Amino acid sequence: MTIAQLVNALGLEVLTGDINMNREIKAGYTSDLLSDAIANIEEDSVWITIQRHINILGVAKLKDAAAIIIPRNLQLEENVIEKAREEDIAILRCPQSAFEISGLLYNILTRG
Amino acid sequence: MVDSLQYTPQITLEFPIGEKDFFMAGESASRVKKTLQQLGLKQDIIRRVAIIIYEAAMNVAIHASHGLLTVHIDPESISIQTDDKGVGIPDIELAMREGYSTAPYEAQEMGFGAGMGLPNMKQCSDELSLDTKVGKGTTLKAKVYFISKEHPG
Repeated sequence: MTIAQLVNALGLEVLTGDINMNREIKAGYTSDLLSDAIANIEEDSVWITIQRHINILGVAKLKDAAAIIIPRNLQLEENVIEKAREEDIAILRCPQSAFEISGLLYNILTRG
Repeated sequence: MVDSLQYTPQITLEFPIGEKDFFMAGESASRVKKTLQQLGLKQDIIRRVAIIIYEAAMNVAIHASHGLLTVHIDPESISIQTDDKGVGIPDIELAMREGYSTAPYEAQEMGFGAGMGLPNMKQCSDELSLDTKVGKGTTLKAKVYFISKEHPG
């Protein structure tokens, strides 16, 4: 499934514009601890986190994450979005909680 | 994919890391990862080295006033070293314990300081050693061998 298909399926808001939309997503991970994320995010994952400072981009880049989902419609600073565009990391947002969006993502990725 | 780098010259990469320079800490791990990918090393080796560098560099950024990260690649192994000027570690055994952290609140708020850094590094390294002087600074050395006894395959 591509990021674009995921965005459509879950009604996600795309904060970073039209970047990386055709990238394939293979897995997901939910964590707000960067050490945990660094140790456990798989390649081509969607990472769900409420962290919104610029370091999340470093983690996403290092782990080759496909995209980041920010739950609960939390606000991001413009410089983080700008940097994400430069680094080709899609930032997506949704109104659901991390728990709910993780469940939806899990269903969609494991449905086959 | 190769097990060793017999025909590759030795490579040393250095990254100065300033206080609270989280960006450089993350960037250094990304750059080394790219170099290792270009050398065609095994994915598991790259993954482990990237985690060690990220955690080691973040520790310098969080706890020290400044430091230097050195990554040395030779035909058998990758050595990662950080030398920092800073508070030092009063109790290494405690620092190695999962969940123990002295990171300031602002770092914890950013998702650091869960007390997972050193345990993560230990798990990913074949060798790990700390030399520290309270009030002066810390030297951390980690080594990952291309053919590992601890991490076969």
